[in-house]
Amino acid sequence: MRRQLPFILVFLSGAFMVFQYFVPHESSEFVYEFLLDWLTIIGGFAMVLGIWSLIRVSYDKIQRKRENWGYSVITLAGLFSMIFFGITNWQDGFGFYILQADGLNNPMFVHFFDYILIPIQATMFSLLAFFIASAAYRAFRARSVIASLLLLAALIVMMRFNPLFGAWIEDVANWLMNVPNLAAQRAIVIGLGLGMVATALKIILGIERGYMGQG
Amino acid sequence: MTYMLRIMLLLVLLAGVSGLAQDQPVADTAAADTATVDPPAPVTNLTGQDRDNDHGHAIELSWTPSVDDLENPAGDRSVMRYRVMMWRPAFAFRVDTLRQMYEMVRNSYKPIRVYKPLVDSALSMVEQGVTSVAQLPFKVQLPADVDMTDVPQDLLRQTLEDTLETMVGQVEVSKDSVKTFRSTFLDSVDALTAAYATYPNNGRWDSIGAEPPGSGNFRHAGSKDEFSPDFLPDHTDLYYRVDAVTIDPDVYAESEIVGPIQSSGQWYNTGRTVVLVSVIIFTIFTILFVQQARGGKELYVRPLAGIEAVDDAIGRATEMGKPILYVLGLGAASDIATIASFTILSRVAKRVAEYQTDLIVPTYDPIVMTVAQEVVKSSYMDAGRPDDYHEDMVYFVTQSQFAYVAAVNGVMLRQLPATNVYMGKFYAESLILAETGALAGSIQIAGTDEIAQIPFFVVACDFTLIGEELYAASAYLGGEPILLGSLKAQDYAKALFVISAIVGFVFLVLHDITGVEWFTNFKEWYRVSD
Repeated sequence: MRRQLPFILVFLSGAFMVFQYFVPHESSEFVYEFLLDWLTIIGGFAMVLGIWSLIRVSYDKIQRKRENWGYSVITLAGLFSMIFFGITNWQDGFGFYILQADGLNNPMFVHFFDYILIPIQATMFSLLAFFIASAAYRAFRARSVIASLLLLAALIVMMRFNPLFGAWIEDVANWLMNVPNLAAQRAIVIGLGLGMVATALKIILGIERGYMGQG
Repeated sequence: MTYMLRIMLLLVLLAGVSGLAQDQPVADTAAADTATVDPPAPVTNLTGQDRDNDHGHAIELSWTPSVDDLENPAGDRSVMRYRVMMWRPAFAFRVDTLRQMYEMVRNSYKPIRVYKPLVDSALSMVEQGVTSVAQLPFKVQLPADVDMTDVPQDLLRQTLEDTLETMVGQVEVSKDSVKTFRSTFLDSVDALTAAYATYPNNGRWDSIGAEPPGSGNFRHAGSKDEFSPDFLPDHTDLYYRVDAVTIDPDVYAESEIVGPIQSSGQWYNTGRTVVLVSVIIFTIFTILFVQQARGGKELYVRPLAGIEAVDDAIGRATEMGKPILYVLGLGAASDIATIASFTILSRVAKRVAEYQTDLIVPTYDPIVMTVAQEVVKSSYMDAGRPDDYHEDMVYFVTQSQFAYVAAVNGVMLRQLPATNVYMGKFYAESLILAETGALAGSIQIAGTDEIAQIPFFVVACDFTLIGEELYAASAYLGGEPILLGSLKAQDYAKALFVISAIVGFVFLVLHDITGVEWFTNFKEWYRVSD
């Protein structure tokens, strides 16, 4: 029974979700929204588990002085300092604001966010430009007839807004995007849709149990 | 001097022009326009009905525009808009007032919630010896003759305690009032149906919206929430009319009144019948092929290079003595791609446990982390090596997209895993991850249902599962006949889609050749409504 109960719950929840898709009635919506609220609540508690996992893994690395343990010190320092600045404010006298948003206006919290986190994230994102260039080089090497065709198609699509070539290149590029490219994309989308339904059915009917670690 | 003369001349000219303007009789142009507007022809054929396939609380109106519609060159073109009116009993307006009062009472003690911690903080500062009001986070009201820079501690403490007591008392009173108001309000909402039934007595017409000239329909989509100002009660007699309004809001023509109309929720969305039929057909296929597989029938499924590479990749990692990195992507645990990734992870973890290789699973979502921990743990137990499992294999990193990428890239470059497996939902980070993995010299296997990311994985990874192959991977890895049966069902469903597409194409060509309308009905069978 201990192993069967999760599958019964999955079957009931999955069957209800299928049911509610076809039933627009308010009663069906009520249960659906109730379940979504549960999801939000579970998400909140899971975040605590997540942060605990991060702290435990980092602390373990520091304690055992594993390779690159210094990064874990920075991780924990960043985590705890942002939590501290996020729940305190001293603009109108020092105070803790655990349930209010005042802590989010703490100058240190704002500065850490605006001048450290956002630039670092922007830096990571900007790496994408260089990676796209290297990936494009690898993809468009004309080593075979098919690869040459790919290179030609890519060149046409890239040049389509160049006024030097006139309107014909835009027409050809549009044809490439709207006919062969879209046809392939739709084929993938149809396959994906069927795959999703198949996976959902396998899970609801208990055929696929791998997601619970029971192969 | 010349400059001054120019300015003087300009002023004289301006004064002259304005004087001339004042000599002209000022015509009341607005009055002149509206005075000549005749009442327009009203809208005709006004009908109303409950909106189909919804949860209720919505009415759809349609009408034939006035012949004097601005868009109709044959008429006077004097109708500038259509004002939709609904009859509301006087009681409904009282319910609106009650709703507003309830909101006011509900919000009344929210400021106290904000100020109470400040008073608490001020009290603790007084206890520590602060006697200046300016240093306190809460400014207390004190008698005018008191020196604000050096208030006696007892007076300050007593004033703050009194303030605190008043605040607590106010909160309690407000809470009781909220309960009372809520109960009264909900009773009133229940009585709305009876109030609407008194039509046409004790009520008046109220404007609920407007449509531009030329339009002939309006959707009165109310809210199902009693506490919303847009609340529209179900199973209640409602009456509507549409006014054709000219440029002068007071000159308009009323339509016939339509009603009573009742809104109600439906128990079946007829617009989704095609989805239901498809699901039933697909379920039948799945059950049929699973039964065949259970009966021992050999089912051929074409090999997938990406899946067959998983075993080799795990073996390679074992030989090299390096770990395997498994990335579940940025999806939530409820995303079907993430669920498919869990099933693949369970197979991979089982093999990893058998080969006694290290596994690293950094996660982006804490719920995904929790599920992934269970999946890996169970796989190690299934492989008969529960002792090799440790919780640090699956850990949470962050819910910030690029911070997560930075962490995973760090793992790739520092620990140099022999194999990187990316399965799940990926967005802009896909190429950054895959290129970094390629730089680190890892064998890379990827699979995602995000079409925009598939090309990036194809370019940067050694093997890529394209689209549905992600969902089929678990069945391939397990090799169990029952799971392979479901793959066969997928293939047959796909064949049905291809046949339908060909039939649709032929029908459209036939429509173009013969002009028979029936051929275009075919595509309507596949239309899914919201």
